[in-house]
Amino acid sequence: MNMRFAFGAALAGTMILSMAPAQAQDEPIKVGILHSLSGTMAISETTLKDTMLFLIEQQNAKGGLLGRQIEPVVVDIASDWPLAAEKARELLTVNEVDAVFGCWTSVCRKSVLPVFEELNGLLFYPVQYEGEESQRNVFYTGASPNQQAIPAVDYLAEEEGVERWVLAGTDYVYPQTTNKILEQYLLDHGVAPEDIMINYTPFGHSDWQTIVAEIKVFGSEGKKTAVVSTINGDANVPFYRELANQGIAAEHIPVVAFSVGEEELSGFDTSPLVGHLAAWNYFMSVETPENEEFITAWHEFIGNEDRVTNDPMEAHYIGFNLWVKAVEAAGATDADAVIDSIVGLETPNLTGGIAKMLPNHHVTKPVLIGEIQDDGQFFVVWETEDLVPGDAWSDFLPESAMLEADWTAPINCGNYNTQSQTCGGSTVAAAN
Amino acid sequence: MRPIRSLRLLFALVGLSLTLLAGVARAQDVPGLIEAMGEANLRELGGIVEELAATGDSTVAPALEALADGDLYVDEADGRVVIVTRNRMYDPVTQTEIGPAGDADLSRIRINNSLRRDVAAALGSLTLMSDDPTVRLSAARSMRANPTEENLILLDEALAAETNPSVRGAMETARAVTILALDDTSLEEKRAAVPVVARNAGREAITILNAALGSAPEELATDIRSAIAGLEQERAIWAALQNVWFGVSLGSVLLLAAIGLAITFGVMGVINMAHGEMVMLGAYTTFVVQDVIRRNAPELFDYSLAIALPLAFLITALVGIAIERGIIRWLYGRALETLLATWGLSLILQQTVRSIFGPTNRQVGNPSWMSGSFEFYGLSLTWNRFWIVIFAIAVFTALLVVLNRTALGLQMRAVTQNRRMASAMGIRTPFVDAMTFGLGSGIAGLAGVALSQIDNVSPNLGQGYIIDSFMVVVFGGVGNLWGTLVGALTLGVANKFLEPYAGAVLGKILILVLIILFIQRRPRGLFALKGRAVES
Repeated sequence: MNMRFAFGAALAGTMILSMAPAQAQDEPIKVGILHSLSGTMAISETTLKDTMLFLIEQQNAKGGLLGRQIEPVVVDIASDWPLAAEKARELLTVNEVDAVFGCWTSVCRKSVLPVFEELNGLLFYPVQYEGEESQRNVFYTGASPNQQAIPAVDYLAEEEGVERWVLAGTDYVYPQTTNKILEQYLLDHGVAPEDIMINYTPFGHSDWQTIVAEIKVFGSEGKKTAVVSTINGDANVPFYRELANQGIAAEHIPVVAFSVGEEELSGFDTSPLVGHLAAWNYFMSVETPENEEFITAWHEFIGNEDRVTNDPMEAHYIGFNLWVKAVEAAGATDADAVIDSIVGLETPNLTGGIAKMLPNHHVTKPVLIGEIQDDGQFFVVWETEDLVPGDAWSDFLPESAMLEADWTAPINCGNYNTQSQTCGGSTVAAAN
Repeated sequence: MRPIRSLRLLFALVGLSLTLLAGVARAQDVPGLIEAMGEANLRELGGIVEELAATGDSTVAPALEALADGDLYVDEADGRVVIVTRNRMYDPVTQTEIGPAGDADLSRIRINNSLRRDVAAALGSLTLMSDDPTVRLSAARSMRANPTEENLILLDEALAAETNPSVRGAMETARAVTILALDDTSLEEKRAAVPVVARNAGREAITILNAALGSAPEELATDIRSAIAGLEQERAIWAALQNVWFGVSLGSVLLLAAIGLAITFGVMGVINMAHGEMVMLGAYTTFVVQDVIRRNAPELFDYSLAIALPLAFLITALVGIAIERGIIRWLYGRALETLLATWGLSLILQQTVRSIFGPTNRQVGNPSWMSGSFEFYGLSLTWNRFWIVIFAIAVFTALLVVLNRTALGLQMRAVTQNRRMASAMGIRTPFVDAMTFGLGSGIAGLAGVALSQIDNVSPNLGQGYIIDSFMVVVFGGVGNLWGTLVGALTLGVANKFLEPYAGAVLGKILILVLIILFIQRRPRGLFALKGRAVES
């Protein structure tokens, strides 16, 4: 109820303010929240909208930013990507927000990118993604493949002795690009092509019998096998159910997932899944004072002790705090000033490390591998010793190995070719 | 061969006595080792498990079992390690009860996959001599995973004393697997082990034989290759049958989702886009029932589906009747308006559920009798799919009986065939319309209970099935229940046979293309209705 009231009040506030003429210094700083609150992605993104409202409320309680209050402007993109571009335009031109936090899927990000480039806005994107992109107006606070996929594969190969790989994913851009990078990485490390099985399924796939049976046969040919899953959203529950029912235990064929977190697991009984893995940069179970404080405050805000926290929430936490610091450092909220001042800024993350904004607009993150427990939480079994800097362009794909992104002078380019020493131009076109 | 054999026996005896001696020497350490688990990290835990296993002392088995099951805890107050079951604490070594776990500050000793494997292997060798045949059976099975010299000795010893035939069989298989995996067993023994493995190791046989093939000398390799070839031929036949089963099971899911639509769309001619939402309401009813049971009477959990079925039928039937009376009856004969109205209705229902239950998936558990799988000759059937096939057949039969053997069924058929004539004969057609729509919706609710067992229970549940349902009804022939049955099974089996070759994405596209071509040839579907009723 509290939530809905805040949301309504925010909307009402926006309307009143957009009617009134500009009120100089006392006018609040507006922040756009661009998430799906209905449709298929509502399941994941509604929580992120709440997270942003929570972070803004906390910041306002601390006295706001530059002596002004922060005002959230919430829009619903309804899991509809052309609508996302329209709503982004509306946020930037009609509501005149100073920064936007939003999107979950890569297709959402790709469709709003041209808007942010054209109108020179700021987008903080909080989800792990496939990389191969760096745009001046976007800050990628989730993991790039070298901060999630590659370390997970290393873990399986080294600690579990895995030699055969099933790369299973949902049929869209994130799994396909990630699997392309992983396949090349595995081939480079001496895995034979016949020891890699790649499988794609449609969104919301629910009949996993054949595929799980195939994985079982593939895994019974004498070599230790693991499944690397980029299966997204709703399809995971029937997938894990089928695994459990067909008797594939984590001890024999572990599944490491990149899109399954605490929020997704809260939908089912995890006791048959104990031991399957997930790779993220944050787990709710990490025991640090920062994390405990965050969880307590979140529960208080949302009014429900059962709500979990997850990795994209931490990404918004990092992104929001970095933006606040950048605005404070620049003393202004306009996009160019923030883009200049944000690079190199640091803020503590929730796992006891430091998130630093890099010149390629990605952040440094630790990589954690967790095993699913029967209470729906993860037990961290492995983590990188140091923070891993996010890499925009994968070093394992021949076409992007020589590309670097650097948004500081003198390069100021999202796809700088280190061999020819030229800039590839707009990354929006290149990424598509 | 003889000298080698006796030499090995000697070694075995020496080894055995050494382990026994070590066991005696270590016996005092067991409590100390278990106590050390409380503070150990993952790597240290691995070492402790190894040491515990090396004691060969069966008193450590309960502690290891508890560790594997996640029942081993450390009391943060005094560092004591305890086993917790049913909220009571037990001593890990002596098994004596310490007291209720209620307010102690306990934290679980967590393990990872490789440790879980080690514990299972250790338990196998520790419990091979247990008094309980089921424990011995699982011990023998788990020893396959860990072929070592010591295990071979243990197995030989256990085999000599074993009388239970099934446990004996498992031990012989484990022994054969171990012999094949070890380097210094003789060629004769290995050749004798090959057929044992091929015959008894079930689905893992090919894995084990393939692993042994790597280091095998030529003579043995031929044996192994021919055994593998035989197994693979057999497996190919079973794989085809397995695929048919997958198809039947997918078909039964489609049948369940579509059969309610076969009534509302097929018999009544109403294009009901909110049909999927009726399925969703059925699934949410299951969730609510399970939630109430979890809170109040967890022991009834296995009956939750039986309780949910009638409730789901009633609730969705009532919603269906309300929809028919409130909206659809004003729109009879106006297909496009019905389509738009029910589409809007489906969005309203989805958002209502989202507002009440939240956008995230709700947890619906499988009762114990719907979890896991069983082997039927060479087929591996999962229980949940098996029961859904049975359930689909039952619903289909019940519906046939209702339509063909009851007064309501007679009236329904009369009204759909000739409304005015039926009305003239004294049938209350509005009442029959409402009942028919209620029946169709109620069956969708039943489908929802079944689908909650294999799919997500989320507000979007119905959307995933609406297109498939229309496809099945149109393909099978509008207005014919048998057509729906044949249509669902055909689509299911065809889908599953295409999937291994074309992949899930392309397979689905191919099926759609095939249906379009088929509808071009036969616009009225597989089982077209004939006669004057069709023309009107």
